[in-house]
Amino acid sequence: MSAVPTSSPLQARRHRLRGRLGDLGLHGLTLAAALACLVLVGAIVWKILALSGDSFDRFGLGFVTGRAWDPVKHVFGALPFIYGTAVSSLVALVLATPLAIAIGLYLSELAPRGVRGIVGSLVELLAAIPSVVLGLWGILVLGPFLAHHVEPSLHSALGFIPLFGDPQQTGQGLFTAAVILTIMIVPIVASISRELFLGVPRELEEGALALGATRWEMVRGVILPATRSGVAAAVILGLGRAVGEAIAVTQVIGGGTRIGWSLFPPADTLASKIASNYQGAGSGLEISSLLYLAAILLVLGLIANLVAQVIVRRFDPLRGARS
Amino acid sequence: MNRDRRRRIVNRTMEAVATVAAIVAIAVLAIVVISVAKRGAGAIGWDFFTKPQALFGQPGGGIANALVGTALLVVMACAMALPVGVLTAVYLTEFAPRRLAVPIQVVIDVLAGLPTIVIGIFVYALLVIGHTQSGIAGAFALAIIMLPLVARATQEVLLLVPSTLREASLALGVRRWRTVLGVILPSSVGGILTGTVLAVARAAGETAPLLFTSSIFANSVQTDVTKALPNIPVLIFTYSEQPDPALHEQAWAAALVLMAFVLVASLAAKALLARSRRKLVG
Amino acid sequence: MTEGITMTPVIEVAQARKDAEPVQRDIVFDIQKLTASYGKEPAISDVDLEIYRNVITAVIGPSGCGKSTFIRCLNRMNDLVPGAKIDGKILYQGDDLYASGVDPVEVRRRIGMVFQKANPFPKSIYDNVAWGPRVLGMRKDLDERVEKALRGAALWDEVKDRLKKNALSLSGGQQQRLCIARAIAVEPDVLLLDEPASALDPIATSAIEELMDELKRDYTLVIVTHNMQQAARVADMTAFFSLDVDEGRRTGVLVEYDETAKIFTNPSDKRTEDYVTGRFG
Repeated sequence: MSAVPTSSPLQARRHRLRGRLGDLGLHGLTLAAALACLVLVGAIVWKILALSGDSFDRFGLGFVTGRAWDPVKHVFGALPFIYGTAVSSLVALVLATPLAIAIGLYLSELAPRGVRGIVGSLVELLAAIPSVVLGLWGILVLGPFLAHHVEPSLHSALGFIPLFGDPQQTGQGLFTAAVILTIMIVPIVASISRELFLGVPRELEEGALALGATRWEMVRGVILPATRSGVAAAVILGLGRAVGEAIAVTQVIGGGTRIGWSLFPPADTLASKIASNYQGAGSGLEISSLLYLAAILLVLGLIANLVAQVIVRRFDPLRGARS
Repeated sequence: MNRDRRRRIVNRTMEAVATVAAIVAIAVLAIVVISVAKRGAGAIGWDFFTKPQALFGQPGGGIANALVGTALLVVMACAMALPVGVLTAVYLTEFAPRRLAVPIQVVIDVLAGLPTIVIGIFVYALLVIGHTQSGIAGAFALAIIMLPLVARATQEVLLLVPSTLREASLALGVRRWRTVLGVILPSSVGGILTGTVLAVARAAGETAPLLFTSSIFANSVQTDVTKALPNIPVLIFTYSEQPDPALHEQAWAAALVLMAFVLVASLAAKALLARSRRKLVG
Repeated sequence: MTEGITMTPVIEVAQARKDAEPVQRDIVFDIQKLTASYGKEPAISDVDLEIYRNVITAVIGPSGCGKSTFIRCLNRMNDLVPGAKIDGKILYQGDDLYASGVDPVEVRRRIGMVFQKANPFPKSIYDNVAWGPRVLGMRKDLDERVEKALRGAALWDEVKDRLKKNALSLSGGQQQRLCIARAIAVEPDVLLLDEPASALDPIATSAIEELMDELKRDYTLVIVTHNMQQAARVADMTAFFSLDVDEGRRTGVLVEYDETAKIFTNPSDKRTEDYVTGRFG
């Protein structure tokens, strides 16, 4: 009907056919790519679960609470690495969250216009440093510095708290790993927080200030409550990143299966235990056990990811305030 | 009055805390960059870029083999991730019904959040067990990391394309696929390029996916992608675990090269993004 | 100018007010040669004006004439706009608002403001009103204070059974009255209203206008409006701002300031007359 008037009906039909084929082709091609992403994630989950099967058959869920990792006796357990992951990530989170929120607030509320873009970009650059470079710096510069200056003073000032035990010689340990992880997640959480804070409608801020609130009271009373779910999601994403980081942690954590109160001695995380076996494992069971560790990591990563997504989608206090 | 003074002091204190936090972040960046530059600069010279790694225990040598290998790995990873990522983004913005768009979006976010070591060991299980480490396996692992980055960046820029442009083309009777390939994608090239540059910067520095797929490699320049390819991140990683100070110096120098590349690429991507955004949004 | 409830000619509305109570002349704001600029361009220049206690002063004028800029100078809200600069003097009860050492936070605490778009916090109705007093340390008898403010804003009867509900569940007009309640809960001396009814329907608008007449007993009110009917209905004094176009620069200036009835029935400036009779803007 809307065919080119000069062409014969037959030509028009061929035209239409080609057009429809083109539409179908592109639709099909893009759909295939999208499905490839689905298949990929499915394959990752399936492959890792399948290959951890041997170890699962042997140790069952008791693997999670097993304290030994002994390739000679073929006994494997994940508890020391779960402990190392939990401690290093939580310490990093405790250090990083206030710092990141403070940076986000500085960038969104305080920074003068000229400085804002530059400081924001620099904070983002911090996130771009490859983890292996950060780990190199951690093992050769930060670790020794912490061991010789920070750990002794923490120990002498707060040694009555079991977290701050005897300082280490090398600087390789949980504490160094936690500090490196902090450096890695601060820019991520700070950048997301900044966007969230900037998204708070200006009228709300003015409403608070017009009542005679100070800037901080406005932040505490309006900005933080209005963005808390987003910030929580950002923190969980940061946690996911900390839990999954392998390289920098492997470089600075020292390795070991100790479980104890002090933050300073060497340890391993799930990710660092896997990474440090890169040159090959002794037996099929050991490989399977490493994949079991990866499976735990995968589940933790998925949970963190999905929880963060649900929080963002479900709980937005500003829903309705934005128009 | 007393209360008002306290409020003012609390406010000032909090403003100071926020400012100090920002200064701390920048200081950490500066300290890392400066200490890498200071320790690495000494080893950098003509030989460093043109000679391969020295044999174990011997002095000298460079990173030529690792440079070539990293370039090959990243190019191959790009070739795998770019088409899939861009097409997925096109599907999500142009074709997908809500029923499919949501799970695919979730999957892409999940992929972006997966621990890289998990991706490494997945490719190890898929392609290395029973075979050997290879450049292809390494590139595949890197491609999985790049994929969500490319897809997200493309999606963002596709959403920026004004719907009037789309409608204008469709109103002329132009077919949808022609509209997408002839109008929408070309006007998004800047954004896609930005996403690619960022993904390349990220992939070039990733170590974890390569540990299990391309880490046991020769000291010579290697271009056979069915064998493990030498690469910068793993070289830094293994050198950093050695006690030898000469190797540390090489590690610092390689780290300096890698960091310079990544930082420059990130800055370039940022500039590129600002430009292409201006073009689209005006 | 089609907004408003009735289409009674402005002049009649204003004349009906002519015999209203005589205006007291107790000066709250003494504004001298006020010039406010964003960046290099002045938005308003050389404004001289006195605002009186317990009186409603309306600021009218075509859009872009700097009405909002002017009212935001009165509680130092413009401090928040990067690049904003103020010259001249605003004496508030004899004190210069912009003197060094004056804390803008304290200024805003005494001079409340209601905005064009209702901006309740994403909190409960109760917390919206109670937040200001809490922050300012007026915690004593908070419930009574909240009730009083809500009654003052003529909202109490509508919300008393759902004080814990989110404020965003209220209608637009209710949200705006909630914002007024929030502003008067901290007991300011002055209430600035920046086009408070521009986003509301006629019924909600008339509720706000009646409320302003009530509030006049306790507060000094300054209202910016682009609706002449509204100014004629509620204001005792009216200031007419206009745009001065000079070498391509557009600057807001105060053309005429007088009792409302005079402005609308017998303006002394030609530009005012053109505007109120609808020949302009």
